[in-house]
Amino acid sequence: MFTINTAILLPFLAAIVILLCLRNVKRIHLGWIIFIIPSLLFILLLQKVPFISRGGTVLHETKWIPSYDLNMISHLDGLSMIFGLLITGIGALVILYSIYYLSRNESLIHFYIYLLLFMGSMLGIVFSDHLLMLYVFWELTSISSFLLIAYWYQRKGSRYGARKSLLITVFGGFAMLTGFLLLYAITGTFSIEETISMASDIKGHAFLVPIMILILLGAFTKSAQFPFHIWLPDAMEAPTPVSAYLHSATMVKAGIYLVARFTPVFGGESLWFWTVTSVGLFTLFWAAFIAIRQTDLKALLAYSTISQLGLIMSLFGVGSLSFHPSVDAGTILYSQAAFAALFHLINHSTFKGALFMVIGIIDYKAGSRDLRRLGGLMTFMPVSFSIAVIGSFSMAGLPPFNGFLSKEMFFTAMLDIQQFNIFSIEGFASIFPVVAWIGSIFTFAYCMILVFQTFTGPYRKPPAGDVKEPKFGMLFSPIVLAALIILFFLFPNVLGDFLIKPAVISIYPGLSMQSILDVQLWHGFTTEIWMSIGIIILGTILYLYRVTYKKVYLVFPPTLSLDHLYNQTLEKADDISKSITNLYMTDKVRHYFAYIFICFIALMGISLFSLDAFSVSLQQDKQMTIFAWIIASSIIIASLTLLITTSRLTAILLNGYVGFSIALFFVIFRAPDLALTQLVIETVTTTLFLLCFYFLPDWNVKTATHHQRRFRLIVSILAGSVFTLVALSVKSGRLLPSIASYYEKTEELTGAKNMVNTILGDFRAFDTMLEVVVLFIAGIGIHTLVKFQKKKGVRKLEDK
Amino acid sequence: MKINDVILQSVTRIVIFIILTLALYLFFAGHDQPGGGFIAGLVLASAFVLLLLAFDIETVQKGIPFDFQHVAALGVIIVLLSGSGVTILGQPFLQQSFMHIQIPLYGTIELTTVTIFETGVALTVVGVVVTIILSISKDVE
Repeated sequence: MFTINTAILLPFLAAIVILLCLRNVKRIHLGWIIFIIPSLLFILLLQKVPFISRGGTVLHETKWIPSYDLNMISHLDGLSMIFGLLITGIGALVILYSIYYLSRNESLIHFYIYLLLFMGSMLGIVFSDHLLMLYVFWELTSISSFLLIAYWYQRKGSRYGARKSLLITVFGGFAMLTGFLLLYAITGTFSIEETISMASDIKGHAFLVPIMILILLGAFTKSAQFPFHIWLPDAMEAPTPVSAYLHSATMVKAGIYLVARFTPVFGGESLWFWTVTSVGLFTLFWAAFIAIRQTDLKALLAYSTISQLGLIMSLFGVGSLSFHPSVDAGTILYSQAAFAALFHLINHSTFKGALFMVIGIIDYKAGSRDLRRLGGLMTFMPVSFSIAVIGSFSMAGLPPFNGFLSKEMFFTAMLDIQQFNIFSIEGFASIFPVVAWIGSIFTFAYCMILVFQTFTGPYRKPPAGDVKEPKFGMLFSPIVLAALIILFFLFPNVLGDFLIKPAVISIYPGLSMQSILDVQLWHGFTTEIWMSIGIIILGTILYLYRVTYKKVYLVFPPTLSLDHLYNQTLEKADDISKSITNLYMTDKVRHYFAYIFICFIALMGISLFSLDAFSVSLQQDKQMTIFAWIIASSIIIASLTLLITTSRLTAILLNGYVGFSIALFFVIFRAPDLALTQLVIETVTTTLFLLCFYFLPDWNVKTATHHQRRFRLIVSILAGSVFTLVALSVKSGRLLPSIASYYEKTEELTGAKNMVNTILGDFRAFDTMLEVVVLFIAGIGIHTLVKFQKKKGVRKLEDK
Repeated sequence: MKINDVILQSVTRIVIFIILTLALYLFFAGHDQPGGGFIAGLVLASAFVLLLLAFDIETVQKGIPFDFQHVAALGVIIVLLSGSGVTILGQPFLQQSFMHIQIPLYGTIELTTVTIFETGVALTVVGVVVTIILSISKDVE
């Protein structure tokens, strides 16, 4: 019964159930209920690990709209397994942690619903084998991230950060969608697996370069690569469990997932290699460089996340070299880099998760996470201190922690680039390890700042009074992660055999399990070890002289920063769009009607005319009865009166009269469904009109100039004639063949005798569904506009 | 602000049941004869409009203590779920199906999933129309 599709849907279903049934749970913290879902999914996924590690894949397809190739295809292979386990595993730990972090006075229901929304969509990204499905889930993670960053929406910073992250990641998402559509134009399939099998067709195509750039834009914005990294530090306004979960362990890794997933398609292209590797490496260096100057612990961690993501990204860049035609498919020289990347990805989730949680604890207990106000916490918080040491030493790349192993492998991969002699690499090859090395020195230094400046030195009394360790429940999750850090160091090959190697093989199908190298704790005195020793020495020096060193940052003027550029662009865009909007938004309904009618005339009239679709023939039509003539002439008289009336009430009533008369026409011409609908609609709209009557300003038709009147007359006559022509030409069937005969089978297909309703509820139910949704949105919109127009109090709440 | 309108109120008390019955009839008749969820929803909504015209808002809301926004939202959810529910059984989205059931003494009746879909449509229409009218008329007062 358990399929991957249900795994994706479970969090969404849970969110609905909780919203409907458990709104008012007060006796226990809502988190305990939510905790069940990721734990359950984690266990279910874990059961599949042996099967996947033998090279198996699970594919599941649910038909949605098969005629448009829109189906829900999910697949589980080695690569998505790693991400799936991270999402559910870290998710469970984070929810456990949040139970203690968030008090019951907060609006927990929002928090957990958003979190479930995120979890489901993130699982959707990594499990979907359909490009459009992937895209939808991709944007859903952006939206849920937006909602979670703005969770404390009373704060200005939260709203700023939320908007920034949404703008940047959705921009990337759109670019990615365009890339996917171009890809579809080449391959004709939305399936990722089939796309990969057609890689050779894609490589020769003219769209290749734009596709790569567009997809990489999606990946770089999501994974906060330079220069799109600026949203991540501002996203730290979110509650700490969210930062630990979305903004370090899972969501920001979606971009890396995308790059890994598409490596078999674009791997071997020089543009792909150069962009991914150099952007990744530069991000690693730049973010580590900036991280040192941070005084807010979470901002420091945010930059460190950016930097580490750059590291993983650059490794996938190196890994893509494996697909170059000159490289033997069986060799592991470059694909080992992908192993290192995935290993570091898992390690990063463990140590960064632990660090975020510890900093959350400090923030929670001490009331501040500002480095300048903290110090000497070690004596009061020994457990937190130990976790912080484990986490940061692992991040700095020190043994005996897992970060040491993956960092060594990272250096190996960077040194290996030198063996590649295509893409005019020779001249640059030595730059890669050097940049990696310098970046790692900065990494080492900020890791030391993080631990020692917070926990050692003279004790400073924090704002919230004396600190102590929190409840065990809050410490539980970081302890688990810290334990994993050490376990992964001791038994890296268990992880490697069961998770990482199958994942590498799902990227490089040519490899076998045996050919991929195991992780070794000790390689002897190689270049990598000397690089590590150098990092420790120089990093320590940098840490000790950090006060002097920080003067370097004064060189950079704040007006040159990317943040400044972002703010300026936004302000300019605001101004420009405001001035454009003011051009046509006149607050006058008659102008809006003019736009609508002119567009209608232009689009409908001109296009149908040029297609030669108009053909009016009255020969087959029946004679009108006297009764029909009477109604028709009364409608004409009413319409003409409408033009000259001076009172609005008369106009409304005349309008209603016309509507009711049309209903009579429907009766005469045997269209009872239409007649019924028209009658009821007319009743309701006339009532509505009379209600709105109260609000409408005086009716000053007379003020229009002669010129304006002539313009309106022309527009009305044109719109009316186009309408009439369309109505008269429809039955000629000149443009498109009639589909009426299809509906003759109505009763056989649906069991219903009313054809009109089967079209609404069955044949074209999709349209009806969307119409219902639109109606609902319109209704809520009107309600909101009317209800909140005068309340200024709402604004006050937000501008704290 | 409401003027006491005895005749309208007395007539409404009786007529309202006729309208409600008509709405219910139209809803079920829609399968084979004129009617259907949309029209039934509109007729229901017009019944509420009549009530609101005859009595004041407070009285009506005391008698019908629903939040009509919730009714509309419920309708949308029913429509969406009735569409996606069948995908679990492997059918395409929004696929409708029907069956005939023999009931002793009464005869054959037809059960169809369109009814669920149409329920959603009707609820949304009622909810939205009454929400709009209520929010505007509340603003008048």
